[in-house]
Amino acid sequence: MTQPADALTPPPAVAPGAAPGRPDGARRPGRRAPAAGRGPSARRGPGTRPGAWTPWLYLAPALVVLAGLLVYPVYELGLISFLDYTQAQVSGGRPTSFRGLGNYADLFGDGQFWQVLVATVLFAAACVVCTLLVGCAFAVLLTRVRAVPRLALMLAALGAWATPAVTGSTVWMFLFDPDFGPVDKVLGLGDHSWTYGRYSAFTLVLLEVVWCSFPFVMVTVYAGIRAVPGEILEAAALDGASQWRTWRSVLAPVLRPILVVVTIQSVIWDFKVFTQIYVMTGGGGIAGQNLVLNVYAYQKAFASSQYGLGSAIGVVMLLILLAVTLIYLRLLRRQEGREETRQETRQGSRQEIRQETRQGIRQKSRQDIRRGEER
Amino acid sequence: MSAVNAMHGVRRILRQPWRLAADATALLAAAVVAFPLYWMVLSALKPAGEIESTRPRPWTSAPSLDSFRRVFEQHDFGRYFLNSCVVAGSVVVLSALIAFLAATAVTRFRFRFRTTLLVMFLIAQMVPVEALTIPLFFLMRDFGQLNTLGSLILPHLAFSLPFAIWMLRGFVKAVPDALEEAAYIDGASRARFLWRILFPLVLPGLVATSVFSFISAWNDFLFAKSFIISDTSQSTLPMALLVFFKPDENDWGGIMAASTVMTLPVLVFFVLVQRRLVSGLGGAVKD
Repeated sequence: MTQPADALTPPPAVAPGAAPGRPDGARRPGRRAPAAGRGPSARRGPGTRPGAWTPWLYLAPALVVLAGLLVYPVYELGLISFLDYTQAQVSGGRPTSFRGLGNYADLFGDGQFWQVLVATVLFAAACVVCTLLVGCAFAVLLTRVRAVPRLALMLAALGAWATPAVTGSTVWMFLFDPDFGPVDKVLGLGDHSWTYGRYSAFTLVLLEVVWCSFPFVMVTVYAGIRAVPGEILEAAALDGASQWRTWRSVLAPVLRPILVVVTIQSVIWDFKVFTQIYVMTGGGGIAGQNLVLNVYAYQKAFASSQYGLGSAIGVVMLLILLAVTLIYLRLLRRQEGREETRQETRQGSRQEIRQETRQGIRQKSRQDIRRGEER
Repeated sequence: MSAVNAMHGVRRILRQPWRLAADATALLAAAVVAFPLYWMVLSALKPAGEIESTRPRPWTSAPSLDSFRRVFEQHDFGRYFLNSCVVAGSVVVLSALIAFLAATAVTRFRFRFRTTLLVMFLIAQMVPVEALTIPLFFLMRDFGQLNTLGSLILPHLAFSLPFAIWMLRGFVKAVPDALEEAAYIDGASRARFLWRILFPLVLPGLVATSVFSFISAWNDFLFAKSFIISDTSQSTLPMALLVFFKPDENDWGGIMAASTVMTLPVLVFFVLVQRRLVSGLGGAVKD
């Protein structure tokens, strides 16, 4: 970034938040000129000017916390996964020794690990699919109903969303309790135990996970549908577009970015389910039949004190989620590229545009006044 | 509102019975979704005999507070509740302040590595908290923080920051630049602008953001289980809940009452900030 010779025409870097296409973007230099002496000079980006460090000053607390409690632990996790680190080493009884890839070899040679890995992936996939289906279906439903049912469903969903994982787990366990739960009675299953069988236990946890995570999908997708400008839908209806056609050609393109975010978030959340499995299946089910990676790592590390092995599992999880994140970033970037070519109007609601225009007008008049004063 | 009008237009084409069916489906869905919570509160209010009945009824004729009384009397529950409040409160306040500063830096300044930093925050958001339990355990041990509330506050602070920063970005961005310039023209210092002008304007967004840090800290189960090992006076609510699970006979009345007590604060918080939450999420997603 080069510093401009003329102080009255600040570099583009001076305009933070000036999104392309904003109505006031072009008029910025004129507006900026009178204030050039003070604050904005410090906002010239990297350089030798005083104040170039201000953003870093603001960022310092966040960076310190993240470095100490996120970056360093990740490094430690990697380190421990290469060590022979069990109770003996932790208590100082035996020296810590480097094992190289020994922990990983043990892990990959263990049939249970693969079984747990497959279970984790399948379970997460099932959770994501169900959550998205329920969430999107309810979001569409919300746009089709009157105010009272909409409010009822919204409130119920907020309640489910707000319920802590632990209490959600206990409540669902009670609902499906073989002795006192209402579900078995209603379904006429007698005293069928849901946590005894492997698949029924997973189903029970899945139901709870879907119950507490669909509201996020529903609320976000609903907000997305509502943000579609009314004129477009009206025009589609006038042009005689069928429901399906409206959905496919108008709503789907607008909703795609939202669906990407929601899907990836769900994948990430459902892949790391810990509390529900731990509480509802009593730490991984009978003989570990309901273990998922997270609980498996916990059991290895804290129940059997094999910290090295537990860390290796943690690293595997981290890598898988990192891959998901990279895919996410990729999709986001591609979307941004596509969005730039698309009209802004499609994204924002009419209200926003009106507000921006109003802002623009206000700024323009202020700017005119200022110009007048200068003269 | 325009979307609603258009929906009306679309709807007019639809037949009335269809709409009635949609209304009924929505109400039914609401009932199903709300049922677990209803059952939780109901069971907490049922007298002991009714809970342990093999013919559960969806109502109670003699509501009693016995279960709640038992919960608060027996297991130091009040103390756990307080601990949970301290942990969640500290995380919310600290993360709000730190995230506000960071979000201001990344939205209102341009500097080298800005985009890199943003992407890093995004990646940090994806790091599975649970995978880091082992190194955090040793970190806390080395700093003598095991069995203290600090061992719960610090990790949650770190884990809630990236998301809070991402979400706050939209709110900070929404404050017009003109306002900042006007403040500087009027002779305000940078600190004055930050705390007297920007902070109050972003406050609603901060509240929405803090719901997420509050929930993650309030709900935390894994860290509480792993880091508070010997000193139960430092335990938090999720742990207290498990006390009522007994190998032979679960005290369901106690569990449901404790669950109700634990769910209520989050529910209240959620309903209070519900509107901002939705708009905030929309902003975070649209960005």
